[in-house]
Amino acid sequence: MSTPQNAIQPTRRQLLTRIGIAAGSVAMYQAMTQLGHAAGTDFTSPPVLTGAKPGTTVLVLGAGLAGMLAAYELRKAGYSVRVLEFQNRSGGRNISLRGGDTLTELGGATQTVGFAPGNYINPGPWRIPYHHRALLHYCKAFGVELEPFVQMNYNTFVHSSRTFNGQPQRYRDVASDFTGYTAELLAKAINQNKLDQPITDDEKRDVLLAMRGWGMLDSNYAYTKSDLVSRRRGFAKARGGGPDGMPIPSDISPRGEVMKSGLWAWLAFYMDYDMQTTMFQPVGGMDMIGKAFGKHVNDIVTHNIQVSKIAQDADGVTVTYKDNNFGGTVGEAKADYCVCTIPLPVLSQLDVQVNAAMQTAIAAVPYASSVKLGLEFKRRFWEEDDAIYGGISFTDQPISQISYPSHGYFSDGPAVLLGGYMFGPAAYDFAGMTPEERVKQGLIQGAVFHKQYPKEFSNGVGVAWSRMPWTLGCCSMWSEEARKTHYKALTEMDGRIVLAGEHASTIGCWQEGAVLSSLSAITRLHQRAVGAA
Amino acid sequence: MRAQLGFFVLLGCGFAGQALADAATTSTGGGINANTGQQVFQHVCQGCHQDNAKGAWGAGAGFPALAGNPKLETAGYPISMVENGHGGMPWFNGMLSDEQVAAVVNYVRSHFGNDYKDTVTAADVAASHGPAPITER
Repeated sequence: MSTPQNAIQPTRRQLLTRIGIAAGSVAMYQAMTQLGHAAGTDFTSPPVLTGAKPGTTVLVLGAGLAGMLAAYELRKAGYSVRVLEFQNRSGGRNISLRGGDTLTELGGATQTVGFAPGNYINPGPWRIPYHHRALLHYCKAFGVELEPFVQMNYNTFVHSSRTFNGQPQRYRDVASDFTGYTAELLAKAINQNKLDQPITDDEKRDVLLAMRGWGMLDSNYAYTKSDLVSRRRGFAKARGGGPDGMPIPSDISPRGEVMKSGLWAWLAFYMDYDMQTTMFQPVGGMDMIGKAFGKHVNDIVTHNIQVSKIAQDADGVTVTYKDNNFGGTVGEAKADYCVCTIPLPVLSQLDVQVNAAMQTAIAAVPYASSVKLGLEFKRRFWEEDDAIYGGISFTDQPISQISYPSHGYFSDGPAVLLGGYMFGPAAYDFAGMTPEERVKQGLIQGAVFHKQYPKEFSNGVGVAWSRMPWTLGCCSMWSEEARKTHYKALTEMDGRIVLAGEHASTIGCWQEGAVLSSLSAITRLHQRAVGAA
Repeated sequence: MRAQLGFFVLLGCGFAGQALADAATTSTGGGINANTGQQVFQHVCQGCHQDNAKGAWGAGAGFPALAGNPKLETAGYPISMVENGHGGMPWFNGMLSDEQVAAVVNYVRSHFGNDYKDTVTAADVAASHGPAPITER
């Protein structure tokens, strides 16, 4: 856009101030984001809750990340806080499984994890995008050591059972071929004057230049087998030194097969904001976060407490529970306020005294079914034989994907990979199997990528989230209709009760959602408690 | 389109990239490959309601038994639950075909100690629901 020479260009700050005054903070935030300032979730800093009335009591239900964070911040603000937790551990879905751990699921099956010392699988959350700033803030504040989680790896596989004779393709090859052919088609359309309507002569030149560079096209705008293309795709005979070091370019796949395969979907996958690198994971397992939170609040957590009723009146909140530390003795806990983080599939079946709109909302959001498989192999054949260091291989088989460990590279001895991670129909199917059958199917399907599977397999675990007694599902599954109808009622404080958890956020199924919902809930609770709202 | 449900689901939820967040696999790993009521029950229902349909109980909450459940007396009730969901029960409108819903409702109402003689058809199911909810990405 050209500017008259006598016009004064506003500075960025001036511009933002004008937008802020004219249109309010949302427009300001959007403008800032576009100009490259703010980004990520809406976290800026922990809440500063001042002026709490001494002696005000809060009951927190659930010791997952949302509950523990609420307890931590509210106690810091001066509240008297107690946390009730159904499990015998804190952390909720922030969990890692290691050798010797046992997992008993609904239906009665118990798995004992057989992993070697030091190995683990994260059956729940397993990666943290760089822009999940609230969670990252608390990781740093609580001393949780983070390492890179390798999300994207060009050397992993993508697999469609319907194309390429069912043979897995390297991500790199599909990315190169899809990009190249798409660029070629667009360049051809432009050069044949098929796009004269939507495109100006100036833009034609720009797009042709872009397509040639982006798609690795030759001087005739063709995507062909060549040294050039192999610099992206890899060579059939690799580059080397000395007289025999000349490489031989690799064949490209036929265009029809590439387009038909649907494998381009995995190019788009990594473009999602929440799937973009850089990603992190805690060193030693995701539960390092829950453990770090627990260090700050476990002294006020009572485990093995099964809540049955949440009542409120003008004077306070009364929670009725069974104390499984004492044979299920019924007890009551009272407080001025309650932060409830109980997963909705459980909460919807309890006696909860909130307004009708919130009750309806609680029953309107089921949790998705999800299954993860952790498979331990005797050696890192994916590294040693296939040069795959971290990342994900995708398949259209039910296991959906396998993911290679992002730590311990080049080490000898057994290692654990994520042998399947599924939602939807595949998750329902796998959840209906016995744990042994889940692992068996994971081995059969995963062998499409790695023929070493049967020989190198040591042991495995299959976690079906719908069978976890304390959550009855993986995480909130919102329909667009439910979001419009019920989100406000679910998240607004009702009397003395406020809900928190990933289900009470718009970053569902991520730990960031749990953290942000908790910060929002306690901020509003505090305002209510000090009489400001 | 409904007859090709497996393929449809794969494209709709899978390759279009349904991203249930950290949840996200983007792949549903294919559709529900089941024709008979028994197959639908085994591949979809028993993960929660258990293979004996006796349900399961967790944190003061759980999955109700379908075995000997008097609420199944009127076929409209299980049809509505399967199509629309409620509480922890997800909606299957859009994931299961009308034929599959009819088959599994008939199967459950005539097995596991249930002995209802009347059956429902895919047309009955079709008449009972509107368009499928759109799951958030």
